[in-house]
Amino acid sequence: MELYQKTIHEINDLLDKKEVTVTEVTQAVVNRINAVEKNTDAYLSLQTEEALEAAQGLDTELSGRTQRTPLEGIPYGLKDNMCTRGILTTCASKMLYNFNPPYNAEVYDRLSEAGGILLGKTNMDEFAMGSSTENSAYKKTRNPWDLNKVPGGSSGGSAVAVAADTAFYTLGSDTGGSIRQPASFCGVVGMKPTYGLVSRYGLVAFASSLDQIGPFTKDVEDCALVLNAIVGHDAKDSTSLNLEKIDYTNNLKQGVKGLKIGVAKEFFGEGLQPEVRKSLEEAIAIYKTLGAEIVDVSFQHLDYALSAYYMISSAEASSNLARYDGIRYGFRAEEYSDLVDLYKKTRSQGFGDEVKRRIMLGTYALSSGYYDAYYKKAMQVRTIIKADFDQVFGGCDVLLTPTAPTTAFGIGEKTSNPLEMYLTDIYTVPVNIAGIPGISIPCGLDNSGMPIGMQLLGPILSEETLLKAAWAFEQESGLTNLKASLGTEV
Amino acid sequence: MSLTREDVTYVANLARLEFSEDEVTALADQLGAVLDYAETLSGLDTSHIKATEHVLAVQNVFREDEIKSCLTNEEALANAPESEAGCFKVPRVME
Amino acid sequence: MEYEIVIGMEIHVELGTKTKIFCSCPTEFGQDENTHTCPVCLGMPGVLPVLNEKVVEYATRAGLALNCEIAHFSKMDRKNYFYPDLPKAYQTSQFDLPICTGGAVGIEVDGVKKDIGITRIHIEEDAGKLLHESADGTLLDVNRCGVPLIEIVTEPDLRSAEEARAFAEKVRNILEYTGVSDCKMEQGSMRFDVNLSIREKGTEVLGTRTEMKNLNSFRALIRAVQYESKRQIIELKKGREIIQETRKWDDTKGVSSSLRSKEEAHDYRYFPEPDLVPIVLEPSYIERIKSKLPELPEAKKKRYVEEYKLPEYDAGVLTTTGVTARFFEEAVALYNEPKQISNWMMVEIPPLLKENEQSMETITITPALLVELLKLVRDKVISGTSGKEVLKEMFVSGKNAGDIVKEQGLAQMSDTGELEAIIEKIVADNPKSVEDIGAGNEKAYGFLTGQVMKATKGKANAQVANEIIRAVVARHLA
Repeated sequence: MELYQKTIHEINDLLDKKEVTVTEVTQAVVNRINAVEKNTDAYLSLQTEEALEAAQGLDTELSGRTQRTPLEGIPYGLKDNMCTRGILTTCASKMLYNFNPPYNAEVYDRLSEAGGILLGKTNMDEFAMGSSTENSAYKKTRNPWDLNKVPGGSSGGSAVAVAADTAFYTLGSDTGGSIRQPASFCGVVGMKPTYGLVSRYGLVAFASSLDQIGPFTKDVEDCALVLNAIVGHDAKDSTSLNLEKIDYTNNLKQGVKGLKIGVAKEFFGEGLQPEVRKSLEEAIAIYKTLGAEIVDVSFQHLDYALSAYYMISSAEASSNLARYDGIRYGFRAEEYSDLVDLYKKTRSQGFGDEVKRRIMLGTYALSSGYYDAYYKKAMQVRTIIKADFDQVFGGCDVLLTPTAPTTAFGIGEKTSNPLEMYLTDIYTVPVNIAGIPGISIPCGLDNSGMPIGMQLLGPILSEETLLKAAWAFEQESGLTNLKASLGTEV
Repeated sequence: MSLTREDVTYVANLARLEFSEDEVTALADQLGAVLDYAETLSGLDTSHIKATEHVLAVQNVFREDEIKSCLTNEEALANAPESEAGCFKVPRVME
Repeated sequence: MEYEIVIGMEIHVELGTKTKIFCSCPTEFGQDENTHTCPVCLGMPGVLPVLNEKVVEYATRAGLALNCEIAHFSKMDRKNYFYPDLPKAYQTSQFDLPICTGGAVGIEVDGVKKDIGITRIHIEEDAGKLLHESADGTLLDVNRCGVPLIEIVTEPDLRSAEEARAFAEKVRNILEYTGVSDCKMEQGSMRFDVNLSIREKGTEVLGTRTEMKNLNSFRALIRAVQYESKRQIIELKKGREIIQETRKWDDTKGVSSSLRSKEEAHDYRYFPEPDLVPIVLEPSYIERIKSKLPELPEAKKKRYVEEYKLPEYDAGVLTTTGVTARFFEEAVALYNEPKQISNWMMVEIPPLLKENEQSMETITITPALLVELLKLVRDKVISGTSGKEVLKEMFVSGKNAGDIVKEQGLAQMSDTGELEAIIEKIVADNPKSVEDIGAGNEKAYGFLTGQVMKATKGKANAQVANEIIRAVVARHLA
């Protein structure tokens, strides 16, 4: 196996034994980028020169000591909606084509402190709005399992970088499934932690009450390692949870004997691709053999989640994205007649169609006369969905669901119908509404060889349990560190 | 319910966006479809349900009243499309 | 038909915290443009607000001082609108659950006392400043963005310009006393919005109102109310309808004018701020703030009359502002002569403040320095007249009274021998005066005393000098 194909914990073994250097590891992944990035287009900008320099510096430093920390010297990528001082942060939008933030996202600071080596900023749907990464203003990222298919979204670039071995891990953000769904489409592990577990400071906001940063990794153990580095209280984020830190690798390998895994029929409704259903049934069987207890659970109000999600997320987005006005930073239209015209021209030319659609939807939902019917109603439905989850988790420890109704679809297949695109998020959005954690791991391939993702959900702050359940499955099924073909050229 | 072209124009102005005639028509259809879908919500009686604004019951998060360093004027203006005399510049604002 | 003016006010007050409401930039006034900013108050992408604890404390204190109910649960909301001075394009404010509700402030106008209801007080952030100095555009200074404000909203209880002024002054005094704001109107720390309507006296229904925003002095407040009420009454008398609108007050011209009605109705799309968590204040917290509230102007005035036996007028003047009262109290603590201190503070100090471009906030004379001077006067080391000169010099040179008296040889002459010699000579040189006195004209004594003062450059102890003059004149007449 090539160096760039390995997992973080495998590289850690090699680095700790001093069998490889950080420079060799970094060079390997940079070579891989040079070889395949033209096919996948996962990155919006690359820092490979700086990465190699940092690697050499770190090697010198590491030669003088025996201990290194788990992410020290491991090259990674960041979704381009996390602010990086001195490095463009565009959110894949024309609006921020030249934005150079004078501050760092908290997660970037933490990864820098942990010795991470930044390779570049990954492509995404503009302002994280989308489910296919086709809404990027700059490029279309391709699914390494079939280059004619979408990688999912909105963190498509981050998912592809890990799937195509052009990063050992990446961070994405998940507002309605934007980590889990692309992880599912690309055959990698993706986790959305509990709301408030990872600081949102410096994450360009889409929907503040739903956004959460999380990792993409090649296997579950790596997920635990990255999570260790990014979670924790941040005084700069008022919604950040102030909890004692735990090591997510501690109980990782304890197995699932006696664990109650819930299965709800509401997650297996119409529109579910038959192979996905079959694959999930096989996964349930595996859990049974591992000694988990499978229990039937049910939801009363899950049908309302998607509507509530689009109202809440669009309303918050309409306000969060109002600051892009061409005055203090970013794009400004070249021609305008007065101040109001400056606003309108700048925003109409700077934002892409999907972003404008969401701003319009959100503005409408908050506007006078409609607030109660849409926004307030959605916030009430949120209470109901939360209660639904509380009741379900009263009967099980973990809920097992498909991550998405289908495997990756073709590029351009759903762009003409926004509602159809929104429906691909149906299994992921309830999680953000309730603020609970979720992880997507590979659980098989469909008839055309595309990865299928399985989602494990748990109550607030159940990350340890989710990781334990995910790891047990991964070990038993052997579906770990899957290698994409990078096939079917256009 | 569907969205009228007037609704679209009103909301566009609130959001400081402008659209061509064709775009207005398309938006009325697309947003109308999403809103129609969202109509399912109206079937749910939520009259006695409290709205959830924050999923976690975090409260009273405060900062101490202590001065920390600011950006320099150059840093503050570095990303500005237009500036003059240490300030951001915009077209004349009518008083 | 008799008309009645109905006024409700909104008062914006900048809180005197060291840092802004949601970030750690200083709130200091008058700095170079865009030097007190950070990614948070510049509204850059991805940044988050964290509420300054002092803002909650000050708002609570203000609410208690204005007799409000402090909310157990309140929250922040976003008010969305586009304007260049608002970087995020929303103002973080409080909508349906403000931190304080239902207060009242008593005022007195022409001997009539009444309570003005306070509907609510909420916390919000100030906007930036637009400078119209550029030839072809407007310049934006973000320094003021995020300076914490409280907005005090009254019931429509005010009925005249005088009441509006009395209320505004009362609120300013109370807030200044409680230390939540310096209330410096010239720096925009306190601004008034006035909602005004006219109705037929005796009716209950409110007329159509107009709003005038950002009145930044008591003078502007009074004049704006007088002008606008007159304008509305004239309109009504002409049988015209009042248009509900925002009007601009031009303080230089002394007129209000309609701001062209905006192209859109206000649709602020308020919704709960997802980046900030609720504020939950326990009764113990509120009690603690309450127990630390300073004595408010009214109580202080009463105490000055009772404890220091000051006339009501003196007590009123000394308690107008917190700094004046604090100065007085410090002086009294050092020197228990309230009336003497009061006289000097009310009569001698104000003109000298003006002359030296100082105010009670910036005064260079400390209470201790004033007391030292007053003791010299009391002990007749110097005359009252000299004392005034010494005080003047203290303002200019900053020296203490004792040194000035020594340097300028101002100590009074009470030495009878020395004085007798001078007086003998003056009496001898002014036989006419002696004659006049002999003829029963007592006023001539005054002339002689004046001559003595002139000769001694005011240092003669007036009482001693008078006794000697009388003795010497008597000898001459005998």
